[in-house]
Amino acid sequence: MSTQTPTAVASPAPAVGLRGIVKRFPGVVANDGVDFALAAGEVHALLGENGAGKSTLMNILDGLYQPDAGEILMDGRPVAFRSPRDAIAAGLGMIHQHFTLVASMTVTENILIGLDRPRLRLDLRRYDAEVGRLAEAHGLNVDPRAKVWQLSVGERQRVEILKVLYRGARVLIMDEPTAVLAPLEVDDLFRTLRSMTAAGRSVVFISHKLGEVLAIADRITVMRRGRVTAAALPAAGATKAQLATLMVGRAVLESLERTPMPPGEPVLALEGVEADNDKGLPALRGVSLEVRSGEIVGIAAVAGNGQSELAEVVTGLRQCRGRVMVSGEDIANKPVRKAISRGVAHVPEDRTGVGTAPNLSLVDNLIMKRYRASPIGRGWTIDMGAARAAASQLKDSYEIVAPSIETQARLLSGGNIQRLILAREIESKPRLMIAVQPTRGLDVGAVESAHRLLLERRAAGAAILLISEDLDEILALADRVAVLYEGRVAGIADTADTDINRIGLLMTGGAGGDPAPEPATGGGAG
Amino acid sequence: MDLQLIMAAGIAVGTILLFAAVGEILAERAGVINLGVEGMMLIGAVVGYATAVSTGNAWLGVAGAMLAGGLLSLLHAIVTITLRADQVVSGLALTFLGTGLARVLGEGLSKAGAISLLPRFSVPLLSDIPVLGPIAFTEQSILVYVGYLLVPATWYWINRTRPGLHLRSVGEEPAAADALGVSVYATRYRYVFIGGMLSGLAGATITLAVQPGWFGALTVNGRGWIAVGLVIFAQWSPFRAAAGAYLFGAVVQLTLAMQLPPTILGLANPFFQYHANTFFLEMLPYALVLVALVVGSRDAMRKRIGAPAALGIPYVRGERGR
Amino acid sequence: MTTLRGGVPFSLRLEPRLEVSRWLSPALTAGALVVALVISGLILGMVGADPIRVYLHIVGSSLGSVGAISDTLVKSTPLILTGLACALAFRMRLWNIGAEGQLLLGAWAASAVVLVPLVPVGTPGIIVLAMMLVAGFLGGAAWGLIPGILRAKFGVNEIIATLMLNSIAFAWIQYWVFGPWTEGGFQMSEQFPTEAWLPRLSDLADAIPALRGLTVHGGFLIALAAAVVVWLVVERSAWGYEIRLIGDSPRAAKYAGIRIARNILLVFAVSGGLAGIAGMAEVAGVVHRLQDNFSPGYGYTAIIVAYLAKFNPLRVVPVAILFGALILAGREIQPSGVPGMIQGIILFCLIASEVFLRFRVLIVHRQPVAAVAGVEE
Repeated sequence: MSTQTPTAVASPAPAVGLRGIVKRFPGVVANDGVDFALAAGEVHALLGENGAGKSTLMNILDGLYQPDAGEILMDGRPVAFRSPRDAIAAGLGMIHQHFTLVASMTVTENILIGLDRPRLRLDLRRYDAEVGRLAEAHGLNVDPRAKVWQLSVGERQRVEILKVLYRGARVLIMDEPTAVLAPLEVDDLFRTLRSMTAAGRSVVFISHKLGEVLAIADRITVMRRGRVTAAALPAAGATKAQLATLMVGRAVLESLERTPMPPGEPVLALEGVEADNDKGLPALRGVSLEVRSGEIVGIAAVAGNGQSELAEVVTGLRQCRGRVMVSGEDIANKPVRKAISRGVAHVPEDRTGVGTAPNLSLVDNLIMKRYRASPIGRGWTIDMGAARAAASQLKDSYEIVAPSIETQARLLSGGNIQRLILAREIESKPRLMIAVQPTRGLDVGAVESAHRLLLERRAAGAAILLISEDLDEILALADRVAVLYEGRVAGIADTADTDINRIGLLMTGGAGGDPAPEPATGGGAG
Repeated sequence: MDLQLIMAAGIAVGTILLFAAVGEILAERAGVINLGVEGMMLIGAVVGYATAVSTGNAWLGVAGAMLAGGLLSLLHAIVTITLRADQVVSGLALTFLGTGLARVLGEGLSKAGAISLLPRFSVPLLSDIPVLGPIAFTEQSILVYVGYLLVPATWYWINRTRPGLHLRSVGEEPAAADALGVSVYATRYRYVFIGGMLSGLAGATITLAVQPGWFGALTVNGRGWIAVGLVIFAQWSPFRAAAGAYLFGAVVQLTLAMQLPPTILGLANPFFQYHANTFFLEMLPYALVLVALVVGSRDAMRKRIGAPAALGIPYVRGERGR
Repeated sequence: MTTLRGGVPFSLRLEPRLEVSRWLSPALTAGALVVALVISGLILGMVGADPIRVYLHIVGSSLGSVGAISDTLVKSTPLILTGLACALAFRMRLWNIGAEGQLLLGAWAASAVVLVPLVPVGTPGIIVLAMMLVAGFLGGAAWGLIPGILRAKFGVNEIIATLMLNSIAFAWIQYWVFGPWTEGGFQMSEQFPTEAWLPRLSDLADAIPALRGLTVHGGFLIALAAAVVVWLVVERSAWGYEIRLIGDSPRAAKYAGIRIARNILLVFAVSGGLAGIAGMAEVAGVVHRLQDNFSPGYGYTAIIVAYLAKFNPLRVVPVAILFGALILAGREIQPSGVPGMIQGIILFCLIASEVFLRFRVLIVHRQPVAAVAGVEE
């Protein structure tokens, strides 16, 4: 797997060393005396669940945060980075999980931000050529003159890589780089990383996915709750089970009990649905799909292929053409309230912007969808006593950790915000649930509880549309999986009859002549 | 009615709006709305005028006005950038403060005698161009010509230079700029300050060039707000702002001119016949701004473009702002 | 978490507050007021006025006697109503800066009832006043609906729109008082018949001599009633909840099935209507005619009133009385810009003080950094 010689890995002064790093945030110790050593020419994985402190550690290395204690060494000498600019100057480049690109600018313009040259005039043509040559040299295929908003997610990641390479980075820090990529794009990325380590650069690869860590890393450092549980473990010889134990602190890998259910009545039926995205470009081009009672249908797609718009169309948040039948009634283009009253629950992708009102209390957030219904709504008034009682009950039964029900939602942790949303949506006893990225960014415990709740709803007879970028999640939860590509259903199959490779192929439009085992219900692949 | 004279005066009056609007464009391109333009213009107007009265030098007045406008805008910068307060409320506070302070500072200033104004001149050759020459290049204040140069220069600065690239990145995606070592705070402070200086200049343009004298809050009379409206109409482009500013100036001058003659085109002039009707003429410029806002906002909605993406959102490292 | 840098050996760090104690908010507001008065005093001192005398004058001429207190309440009446107008709109983060124009249109519509006239001469006062109240509300509401429609339909920024409409409203009033309704060419209408006067305390002076000269009028009671009603609506009703939700997160509100555009129109109409009632109360309770300069900018001061009251309708009342005193005393203060300046400084200190509510502000001493960025020297 590794192309490195052992001597390179074992060189005495590591390219980058972190010693005794401590970082505290209000209420948490994110890093508690962490040591980390990166050798030249290696891919060093930093493995841990969400919240283990990996990103904090790397943000310290990148100069974004200042450590409360500890030191950073480069080539054996102590350094202090006051900002990412210092880190870049020292040859460290970080690629964040959420890309930091200016959508309205071209690729070249994005790469030039923050440089000391040119003095004044920006000769874009000259820099376009330079960027083009750099991209070609590293096999990073992207048009320097394209505006970033026109690019696919994979291309955007290449721009981020180009940004740090253009600055002469010797060390790349990549935070969850595969989270938004399709399987084929992951292969491309891995090829790029290998070519870079072959040229003597080093890569820190932050991830919580065991499989890909074993596939790409030379050595692995595992973190749990702010501490290192295994330092610089050689990847050769490591096993998934061993890593999982180090990462989670117990031996079990998540195993879900998905009892077979006889398919029930269709609850959701999309017929030839077309819709535009926020930029006015077509996002859905004739989608037909059915979700039955007691069934979870997963939607697999690379970001930007229409899955977000699909969720919005069904919940009434986006205008569309075609029919959206919920329990036999067409609710396309009807007010959101209509969808809610038809029993459509929605776990939205954007939890803090859409799913909750951040400055309002837990109570206000928990009654969002039933403040008009008895016993909380009484004529034109709201019975705050009843609202508080309902909120307390939900807070207890869904184990939402917060000082009180009057606490503002923005002060909750990510997992608790998601529990709040799930509590509210599930408590409405929905016939149809639209769950978008329900576990992204959550720690293992929160992921498990979210999965359990979804399966319970399925067992109770709800129809669930699960939109996720995590293919493992879809394969674990869904009865059927539909792949969206460029706004069309590229294929649909029972999860039992398909595998991750075939889905990945469909997600990147690479399977024109390779039909899915089962044709799309209603022939929506148009 | 001499249309050429009206247009020439319209350009001079439009220059006031132009400076303020370009200043606001720069601040907003950096992600900061500053609704205190009216207050900063008044401060610029009064400080410029008072300085010119006491020193006898109009250029010192211009410098003082720009410094005063810039200093006042720093209050907004501290409160919104460093302390992350709401930009809308802070801008309103700035307007109150600027207006009140200007009236305090301007106490007794309205009785000051004649002062030396900024020079006016015609541009050789250009003033000979038919139609355009007499309107745009004949006997205009030097600040009008500065305005002509400022517009393309600002466009070039924003779109074709390295500092302009940084300015845009800070207004669109501050996290990206920050990650690449562009100081979001420093950039925002800088352009809010420049915006304040240009608002101060706009105020001085009134008192030292176009409509000399100090008339309390009426000196600016809501034009700061019109400039803020122009920015939306202009969709943050200096060229569109210039077009809007000159057009607006021309309309204002036209409504003034229409009150005077007994007949217009041979018809009895209703505004001359019945004085109260002139109040409808006074409404016209404001109604025009409303129309311009509708046009600008609809354009922005249709083309899905418009305001800098991070406009109005305080930047906090490591947080996605709201 | 952010570290702010300057050329000083320490830096400021803001850490989000997880819990806010009950007394912090009022204490900060009081502190902000004190700081604002100190800063204003310094500026007054610099321009040659004696701040202590100015402040004593403000207190004396607004609270020094029963008559002064009555006059203060008269000034605070339109401030309560316009303050409520702003507080309601601001709760939805709808920046209605147009209370001034809506007040003017309310005054105009109420005047029209008497001056057109829309009621036959000799109609009992109670009916005339009721009609004026309704007309005032409708006039303000209609004027408020214009920016509401522009915002809901075309996405027009309501701040600029309402400001432009303020100027248009002022010209509109001028047209009527210089033109159709002028009394002998002066910029005012004829005086209203006494049926169109809101009752004053001094009307009872025949029975209770102590009330002689007290100008506080029925509009004050209307304003108090409005404060209670608005409080009930925003704190206890489903609509109030919707306003709160939209105000905090329009996207979350949309997701919860709330119709945003409809609420923008409703809130703008009610907000404008409240300001319109303020206009009605001024013409029927104070000036008894329409003229062009009866408002010293109540609609603008209302913005600060609403903000200082933290958008709480009940708190608007005492704050409005405070500012009523400032406006009353301000008429005699020289230089004439002082009250406006103090208002601006108060608002600035208030919003600056809020940072302490949201964050713990820490001063961090910077440790010297030996080597910055390990590039080859």
